[in-house]
Amino acid sequence: MSDTILSLTDIEAFYGDAQALHGVSLELAAGETLALIGSNGAGKTTLLKTICGLIERHIGAMLFDGANISGISPNKIPARGIALVPEGRRLFPSLSVEENLLLGGQVDRRGPWNLGAVYELFPVLRERQHQPSTSLSGGQQQMVAIGRALMANPKLLLLDELSLGLAPVIIKDIYALLPRIVAEGMSAILVEQDVTRALGFADRFICLQEGRVALEGEPKAFTREQISQAYFGT
Amino acid sequence: MNTSITRATPESRIMAIVSILLIALLAAAPWWGKTADLRLIGEFMIYLSLACLWNLLAGYAGLISVGQQAYVGFGGYMLFTCAIYLGISPLLAIPVAGVLGALISVPVALLVFRLRGAYFAIGTWVVAEVFRLGFAQISSLGGGSGTSLPIKVMKEMARSKWMREMMVFETALLLGVGTLLVTYLLLRSRIGLGLTAIRDSEVASVSLGVRIERIKLITYVAVAGITSMIGALIFITKLRITPDAAFSVNEWTAFVIFIVVIGGIGTIEGPILGTIIFFLLREYLSDLGSLYLMLLGGMAIIIMIVAPKGIWGYVRERFDLSLFPVGYRVKLDK
Amino acid sequence: MEWVNAIIQGILIGGLYALFAAGLSLIFGVMRLVNIAHGDFIVAAAYLAYVVVAATGLHPLVSLVIIVPLSAVAGYALQAGILNRTIGDDLLPPLLVTFGLSVILQNGMLELFTADSRKLDAGLLDIQNFNLLPGVNIGYMPLLMFVAAIIVIAGLQYIFYRTSLGRAFRAVSDDGEIAQIMGLDNRKIFAAAMALSFGVIAIAGVFLAVRANFDPFVGPSRLIFGFEAVIIGGLGNLWGTLVGGIILGVAQAIGAQIDPGWQLLAGHIAFLLVLAIKPRGLFPRIDG
Repeated sequence: MSDTILSLTDIEAFYGDAQALHGVSLELAAGETLALIGSNGAGKTTLLKTICGLIERHIGAMLFDGANISGISPNKIPARGIALVPEGRRLFPSLSVEENLLLGGQVDRRGPWNLGAVYELFPVLRERQHQPSTSLSGGQQQMVAIGRALMANPKLLLLDELSLGLAPVIIKDIYALLPRIVAEGMSAILVEQDVTRALGFADRFICLQEGRVALEGEPKAFTREQISQAYFGT
Repeated sequence: MNTSITRATPESRIMAIVSILLIALLAAAPWWGKTADLRLIGEFMIYLSLACLWNLLAGYAGLISVGQQAYVGFGGYMLFTCAIYLGISPLLAIPVAGVLGALISVPVALLVFRLRGAYFAIGTWVVAEVFRLGFAQISSLGGGSGTSLPIKVMKEMARSKWMREMMVFETALLLGVGTLLVTYLLLRSRIGLGLTAIRDSEVASVSLGVRIERIKLITYVAVAGITSMIGALIFITKLRITPDAAFSVNEWTAFVIFIVVIGGIGTIEGPILGTIIFFLLREYLSDLGSLYLMLLGGMAIIIMIVAPKGIWGYVRERFDLSLFPVGYRVKLDK
Repeated sequence: MEWVNAIIQGILIGGLYALFAAGLSLIFGVMRLVNIAHGDFIVAAAYLAYVVVAATGLHPLVSLVIIVPLSAVAGYALQAGILNRTIGDDLLPPLLVTFGLSVILQNGMLELFTADSRKLDAGLLDIQNFNLLPGVNIGYMPLLMFVAAIIVIAGLQYIFYRTSLGRAFRAVSDDGEIAQIMGLDNRKIFAAAMALSFGVIAIAGVFLAVRANFDPFVGPSRLIFGFEAVIIGGLGNLWGTLVGGIILGVAQAIGAQIDPGWQLLAGHIAFLLVLAIKPRGLFPRIDG
């Protein structure tokens, strides 16, 4: 657990002239699950995007698995072992369920995840494998998005707003499967509006506020009031 | 320290004075210039206004048309129809052609506006082809081989050759300067604000309640009308019209696009600078023939890739110049 | 019978129009780019075939073995070297760059090959025909052209929907950002699409050269025919482009039958009618 897999130092990121991150640093150990919380516009999604190379204008050091990943092209990210489940799922509408999964597996990294394993995790997807991804329910689409990311056999899984727009019972099902997903030493960063659920699942948390780290540590070490204060900045 | 909001810049004030002096000097050209000078300035005015109009469409309204020759040719043919069959004097036929061009552009717009972006561009081209093939079918206007403006018509306009040249020249100057002024004032008006909003972000301007489709339609129709007037003027100077010359994509659209791209698309000053560069290049290089056209195309490509806002856009960014300001700027008063 | 003959010949010509359209439709589908120089590249391929046939003495159709790969490489280079720099949210740069290319190509071909019109001789294929109905003779060349169009479209359809390259085309077109973080290099995918489009351009160019006279300036009208076939058939539908090409060919044939001057006009009017009645084309793709 002590090997650092991801290390970010003083990350600043910009959209055009607007600065979204003001010097964020974090360390993630191999196998660790980190919850990233904060109100809207706090910079959570921006941080994930920066890690994936999708924000062109950023400064600060980013080390993943001992190698620099700052400034590398986003299409080189999955081969390094990072996979993203994007906010709003963003499946490819003109691809079938299976094609979406295969596209995630394009990088051909070795590991436990393949079509069979994803179908075993989400049996409903096997039944729907040839359907267009748009014909699925929201929860099933989220399963495809998770499966698609897993197909790359990442060492680090970035999960952005898993519960967005889903019914509570489906959110519960998906969270029930998360321990199976992040098993075998996979690290994860979980961005979530539903703070209670996120803190219940993660080993550690970071609370962002206006692009800065407001609070971090183990969920148990803080009271609800302390976290809520960091969250809202009151 | 106070702030005030202003449109004028020191350069723009100087520019306004220089412009007025220059226009006065040009207006007097028939009294100091030779026939060749008048022709050159007249042609300059024609390309200047075509460039301003295309810039308004593509640079502001996001309507990339490669079919503006439809209206140039249409205007030309309306001139001939008015002058030959309705006995309207050629100069009076110009506004008539403009009104008719604006009218016909409404149904055209209703069709081509169904196409988006790049397909809109080719759609406008198809319309221009339909116009060309259609006018080639009208035998009373000479069919495919075209027709000439009877000498009688020109004689009736004015008795002396100098007088005719002067009238045509002053009309060209009026249309050239007028187009520039109209685009300038339009961009400063409410419609202009809407257009600038569309240019900067179509999605954002929808959410701000800018009625994009309406503004685009108004712009398209206005541009079509003025382009038809220019078309009528062009064929007064040429005295002869054929479908191929009237609806030439190279003469009336390709050159114009190159002028705007090289000068600076989406700026007021760009088309002016582009027209000057175009005429300078033509003066020295047109002997090269097709190589000259390749050179123009190559220049446009390089500029589009290296400096998409053209030469003027580059200059403006480097030196923060604005000769004909349409935007507002915040001024700090100490 | 004259009318039946005209319509059947129109259908066969529709195959050629579908060939003009297929490459255009393909790259629009993948990267929302419309190549204004598409028709001029078809003419350039025709000249290339002319040069290759003159130098090697090969039959024009056999020369495809050389011309298709050469053209595909040129397409890849064009996309990777120039057009990729222009791709973005703004439609203007790619449109104007390809417009510039169109002018450069036309005048370059004029410099190299003069304005004289040329034609490629396909030997017996050009003249032989068979009798389908009384008064209706089908030439082997037009028939071959039509079959080639079907094969090309079936091939593109297969690549698009049954191969990993096609999967990548669709993914990049759907959501370029997410496609990238799945490991796809959008620029390479775009270049591959352009190479494929240029392969089809080469086939269209050779058939153009065999069927009729061509000169450096016939490109734009080939672009327009292809574009009309795409819009009539419905955006993003490859088989629709074949139907679009056929409708265009038949409309032109009927127009020509009424009056030779009406041939092109009738085609354009058919296009404008479809645009007025069904702006998304006759067979729009349902998804996306």
